This record gives sequence, structure tokens and C-alpha cells, in this order.
Amino acid sequence: MKKWNRILAAVLTLSLTAGLTACGGSTSDATANNASAADEGTVSNGSSEVYRTLDEIKESGTINIGVFSDKNPFGYVDENGEYQGYDIYFANRLGEDLGVDVNFVSTEAANRIEYLQTGKVDIILANFTVTDERAEEVDFALPYMNVALGVVSPDSKVIENLDDWDSNDQMIVISGTTAETYMIDNYPDIPLQKYDSYATAKNALENGSGAAWVNDNTEVIAYALQNTGYTVGIPSLGSNDTIAPAVSKGNTTLLDWINDEIKTLGEEQFFHADYEATLVDTYGSDYEESLVVEGGVTE
Amino acid sequence: MPDLGLEVLLKGSNMLRLLQGLWVALRISLIAVVISIPSGLLFGVLMTRKNVVLKAIFRVYLEFIRIMPQLVLLFLFYFSTTRTFGWNLSGETASIIVFVLWGTAEMSDLVRGALISIPKHQYESSAALGLTKMQTYLYVIIPQAVRRLIPLSINLITRMIKTTSLILMIGVVEVLKVAQQIIEANRMSSPNAAFGIYLTVFLLYFIACWPISMLAKYLERKWR
Repeated sequence: MKKWNRILAAVLTLSLTAGLTACGGSTSDATANNASAADEGTVSNGSSEVYRTLDEIKESGTINIGVFSDKNPFGYVDENGEYQGYDIYFANRLGEDLGVDVNFVSTEAANRIEYLQTGKVDIILANFTVTDERAEEVDFALPYMNVALGVVSPDSKVIENLDDWDSNDQMIVISGTTAETYMIDNYPDIPLQKYDSYATAKNALENGSGAAWVNDNTEVIAYALQNTGYTVGIPSLGSNDTIAPAVSKGNTTLLDWINDEIKTLGEEQFFHADYEATLVDTYGSDYEESLVVEGGVTE
Repeated sequence: MPDLGLEVLLKGSNMLRLLQGLWVALRISLIAVVISIPSGLLFGVLMTRKNVVLKAIFRVYLEFIRIMPQLVLLFLFYFSTTRTFGWNLSGETASIIVFVLWGTAEMSDLVRGALISIPKHQYESSAALGLTKMQTYLYVIIPQAVRRLIPLSINLITRMIKTTSLILMIGVVEVLKVAQQIIEANRMSSPNAAFGIYLTVFLLYFIACWPISMLAKYLERKWR
């Protein structure tokens, strides 16, 4: 009898656990891909939306802006514990023009969408690249920066285009990056030499194991500036992506305000000033025009 | 001596920021430990009871917490509670809740294990001596079980301290996040700083966990 009790208990436990875990699993999945979950949440909590409208933010006197705290020079914390960088410079201006204090929230690449979907921040200004998948989860405002790929090579043999590639040479790339995907899709004939980290790829280029290195253009530009003997032969490769502020899906009052603000700021060349203040040390002034998007207008 | 970029620590208030980050991590884990050890003891004793329903409930709770990666639990309590219930928990509160749930679950299982490892004749001899059930637990069983528990619970406590490195994912700036911030902020000026800073973080975790191990050693010797 006792034995049967025990078996019953075990079966019950297992099935319940499986059920619970499944529930738990679907909850966390829902967070990643389900905008309607946010709507359900709003019904049960009584307040109207997950996000705060422009007026509610103004009334509270503080805006919560999600930024990176470890992506120098876009969003980072300096030695005095102050947030600095290209995104921060813009965030501070938004706060100033709204007449509210800015509360910076440290976010990670993997949780930026979550923060917006739960209304834990009002805006994400964390080097957020606009993609179609993301646009289904959040609302992007007008862009304020360009990103593309770039190719850096030694001064002795600068590579300026990829069409007449010497098949004995290899291209250095970091695994799992957009650069790798781009090369495989568009230049399948170029042999790739793959590395897991920035540091190993850098060593490979310096040791001459590969003829050139393809990566985000901001990375290769910064690399060429810091290391003499290397030139960015191709500063902009592939499709041009943009970086833009994002707000919670449906928060139109805030979105419209940010869009108007970006257009107005374009008249005073605000993002050029931002570049001069935060990015020029890393990327030099040669790339100012290709990186900065002014007034939300891309070519 | 290779360049470890340790000079970065002396810049501005960097060292102080690291220590503040360590304090955040320790505060969260210690609050969780202080709550979960007694509740784990209580639940552990209850789990040795022969009540099938009670056992089943604890079992489900334990398995649920044990199967879920801590990171998923953190996301569940930080983001999903906002989504479903509209609670706006701070990152720190959410981490304390998760660590308490986790600590209680694991501790209760350790207690249960320690209790059932006490041989049956200990109970029987106590009964033969005329001790009540309460007295048996208080004077015979628990003192022996606690001795078996010490190494296990120290292991759990240090694990809880180390797992605070995950809470940076829900926006809590603790020692590891501060370290990453310092390394990144000096990426251009001291590219080697990563070694020095991570070494410092290692030492800070060590300094935090070492006294706990020493205390355990002392108790084990004292109670032999």
C-alpha cells in the first residue's frame, strides 16, 4: 500500500512539475515575441497602458531612458560614475527639452525589448539597430546614426573592393556577427578565417594570417585609428542599417514628440555636435558624415 | 610583470564603485540567505513528514525552482510580474525574491536529506529513553543533522553570492557590471585593463566568500 502511495505521489509530482514548467516556459516565451501579452497585462492591472504617455512623463518630472552602461563610446559610465557617450548626450538633450530629469537605466543587448514591453523604461537609446523583427515589438523613431560593415587591411596591401579577391588570401571574420552572415550570403567564394573573439581576430590580422578583416565599420575604423599601419579600404559595405530611439509599441504621443525633436535638432546640426563631443576621439572626423544621421534623413 | 592595467582602478572613484557594487551583491545574497536558511529548515522538517499532499506540494515547488535556470526566474519575476499583475518590482526586490525562493527550496532539500540520513535507531533509542517527539528532535536528531548540514549549506551560501553575477541582466548594477563598465570605459586608453579588473573582482568575491568557509571549518571542528 505504502509503495503505491509513493508511486502515486511521484507520478503526480512529475505531471504537475511538467505542467508548471510548461506554463513558466510559455510565459517567458511570451515576453519575447508577444505584444498581446502586454495588452492582457494592462487589462488586469487596471491602469490604461503599460507605457507612460508624454503628459504622464512630464507630470512625473522624470523620464526613464534605457542605455548601455558598457559600450564605449555610445553609452558608458566614466570613472566618476557618470553616464557618458553619444546616446547619453542625446538622452540628456531630450530630458532638457522635455523639462524633466533623466533617470538612466543600465540595459543589456538581450533585454532592451523587454524593458519597453513592460514599460520599465520610456525610451531605449542603447545603440539600437532598426530591424524588421524588432519593429514588430517596439516602435522606432527616426534614426540618428548609420551602421554598416567595413574592411580593414594592412597599408602594404590595402583592399578596396571585394570583387577581384585573390583566392589564396583569407578574410578574417568574427563568428556569429552580421559580417559573417553577409560574407557567406554575398561573397561565398572568399575563404573566411573565423575567430570567436575580437582579441583573437585582432591577433590574426596583426600576424598576417588573413589579408583583411571585415567587421562593423565603427569597429574597424576605431581599430585603424589606434593601430598604425592599417587602413580601412572599404568603410561602408553591404546594406546600411540605422540606429534609432525606440519606445513601447503604441506610445504615439512620445514617438511623435521624439520625431519632431529629431527634426528640430537637425536644424542646429545637433548630432554633428554630438559626434564632435563624444565620437571624434574614437573615429576621427573623416567618418562624421557617413556615421551621423541628421534630422532623421538618410540618403 | 605583465601590464594588468591596474592603474585604471585608481582613476576617479573606480575602486570605490567596485566596492559599492560588491556591497550590492552581498546585500542581496545575505538578505536572501538570512530568510531562506530558517524557512528551509522549517520546510525541510515538514518534508520528512508522512503527509503525501504536503510532500507533493513541496516536491513540485522544489523541482520547479531547481529545473528553472536562475536567469529565467529573474526574468519571470522582474518582467513577467509587471506584464501579468502590473507590479513594478525593482531589480533588487525581484532578485531578493528569486534568491529567497531558490535558497529555501535547495535548503529544505538539504535539511530533508540530512534528517533522513540519521539512522532509525536514533529515533528508537530516544523513544526507549522516554523522550517526547519534540525532545527527540531537539536533543538528538537536529544536533546531528546540523553537523551534516554545515558543509552543504556553506556551499549553497557561496553559490548564492556568486550567482548574483546574473542580476545585471535585470538592471541591477553589481560588482561584475561595474567591472565591465570600467573595462569598457577604458577600452582605448588601457586595453589590458580587463585582466587586472577581473583579477580584482576575483579577489573581491574571494574575500567575501572566504570568511564564510573559515566559519564553517571552525564550526565543524568545534562540533566534532
